[in-house]
Amino acid sequence: MSRSLLQAFTVAITLLPALGIGLRLFFEGPGPEPVDDLTHVSGEWGLRFLLLSLAVTPARRLLGWHWAAPLRRTLGLASFCYVAAHLLVWAWLDMGFDPGAILEDILERPYITLGMGAFSLLLVLAVTSTRAWIKRLGARWIKLHKLVYVAGTLAILHYFWLIKADYRPAIVHGLILAVLLATRLLLARRRRSPRGSES
Amino acid sequence: MQTPHIPTREITDEATFMNRREVLQLGATAAMGAVLAGCPAADEAGADDATAEAAGLRALENVTPAPERFRVSEATTSYDDATSYNNFYEFGTGKRDPAKNSHTLRTEPWSVVVDGEVGKPGKIALEDIVKPSTLEERVYRFRCVEAWSMVVPWVGIPLADVLARFEPKSDARYVSFETLVDREQMPGQRRRVIDWPYREGLRMDEAMHPLAFLAVGMYGKVLPNQNGAPIRLVVPWKYGFKSIKSIVRISFSKEQPQTSWNDLADDEYGFFANVNPEVDHPRWSQARERKLGDYRKRPTLPFNGYGDEVASLYAGMDLRKYY
Repeated sequence: MSRSLLQAFTVAITLLPALGIGLRLFFEGPGPEPVDDLTHVSGEWGLRFLLLSLAVTPARRLLGWHWAAPLRRTLGLASFCYVAAHLLVWAWLDMGFDPGAILEDILERPYITLGMGAFSLLLVLAVTSTRAWIKRLGARWIKLHKLVYVAGTLAILHYFWLIKADYRPAIVHGLILAVLLATRLLLARRRRSPRGSES
Repeated sequence: MQTPHIPTREITDEATFMNRREVLQLGATAAMGAVLAGCPAADEAGADDATAEAAGLRALENVTPAPERFRVSEATTSYDDATSYNNFYEFGTGKRDPAKNSHTLRTEPWSVVVDGEVGKPGKIALEDIVKPSTLEERVYRFRCVEAWSMVVPWVGIPLADVLARFEPKSDARYVSFETLVDREQMPGQRRRVIDWPYREGLRMDEAMHPLAFLAVGMYGKVLPNQNGAPIRLVVPWKYGFKSIKSIVRISFSKEQPQTSWNDLADDEYGFFANVNPEVDHPRWSQARERKLGDYRKRPTLPFNGYGDEVASLYAGMDLRKYY
C-alpha cells in the first residue's frame, strides 16, 4: 500500500466511531441519554487512539513495522479531535457554556481537573505536531512530545475517578498504557546500553 | 407496532399521557381476573428489544388513577427510554445491560419474607401482598444520583398500607428491603461489584409517608424485569438507588439497617439520600439533571419537587450531614 493510501485508510478508520454514533443518533433518534452516549464515545475513543498512537513506535522497533511510522501523528491527532469533542459536549450540553460553572467544575472536581490537564497537554502536542514546529523545536520536540505519556496517565486517572463501581474498562485501558510505557522505557534502556542491538 | 382498540373513557388524563404507546398500555380495564395472574413476556427469552418485550407484557387490570397530588403534570418519559436505560447491577453495570440480560429473571411464583420486629412475620405470596389494596397509578418524578431523571406512571399500592398489615411492633424504627440473590437468574451477581444481596432501608416515618409506594407495574402494564419486576419500591423524593427492585425480604428493626451503596461508599451515598441540589455528590454536581431524552439539563428541585410533602420529616436535621 502506498504511503498516502495508508494514511487515507487510517483517517477513515479514525472517523468510524464518530460516524457510528452520528448514524445512530440520526436513524434511531436520541434515545434515553444521547449526551451520555456522545460523552462516552468521544472520551473512550480519544483514549483509544492515544494508546494506538503510543503503540506505533514499539511496533516499529520491535516488529519492524516501519511503514507504521507516519501513522503516529495521524492517530495522535485523531485522539486530540475526539478529546476536543468530549470537552465540547461537556462544556456545551452539561455546562451550557456557563463560564462560572465550567471554572467551578474544573477547580472543584478532581476528575474534571485531570481531564482538563490531559486536554491541555494534548492541545500543545497537536499544535506542535506540524513539520514547521518539529523543525523549529529540534531536539526539544522529542522531549516535549514525551508529555503524551503524562496526558495518557491523566486521562486514565480521569477515567478511574468517575467510575461508580465497575472498574474493568478503566483497568484494561490503564494496563495497556502501562505496558506501552514500560516497553518504551525498556527500549530506551536498550538503546543506551552498549550491548544494545540498535544503532 | 400493534394498535389495540381502547375506549376513550379509559384514557385517564390526556395531559399526562402524551405518548401514544402509553395511552395504549392503559387498555382493557373491563376484563376481570386475579391481580397479577398471567405470564410475563420476559419468559420469551431473547427479547432484548424493550419495545418488543413491552408488546407482550400483561396489562394490569382495575387500576385507578391516584389523586392529583400523586400525579405530576410533566410529560412522562417515553416507555422505550424508561425501560432501556436502567441501573440494575444484578444484570450488569452498563445502563443497557438490564434490558438485554434480565429475561432470565423468573417472577412467578414470587414471595416476600417478612421478619424482624413485626407482629405478623412469614413468607407471603406476592398476590397476597397486592390483593387487599386497590392498584393505583401515580405519576412520579424519578431522580437518579447520577444526575439523570425521568417521569414515570407507576402502578402499585401505598407502602404504608402493606407495612401496616404486617403489624410492625412499636420498637420497629426502620424497615429494610432485600433484592433476590440468584446467580443463575441474575448473571450480574457472578461478580461482586456489590456485596449481594442489594439492600435498602427507610426510617419508619419515611416508609409510612403517603408518597412511598410499592410498584408492580408501569405504563399500565406489569413491570418489565429490568425495572424491578415483580415488585419494587418507589420513593420519589430520594435518589433512585433507594428505590430497591425485585424485593424478596422486608425486615423491621430497631437499628438503622445497612444499605448497599452506603456500605460501598458512605461519603458518596448517604442513608437518607434525599434529592438535594444544594449538596453535591463528592465527584459531581447535583444542582441540575438531564431528563431522559433531553440534550440540555434542567435545575434539580429540593426533595425532587416533593418538599412540601416530605420536608417536615427532616425538620431540625442538618441535611449536609445527613445526606
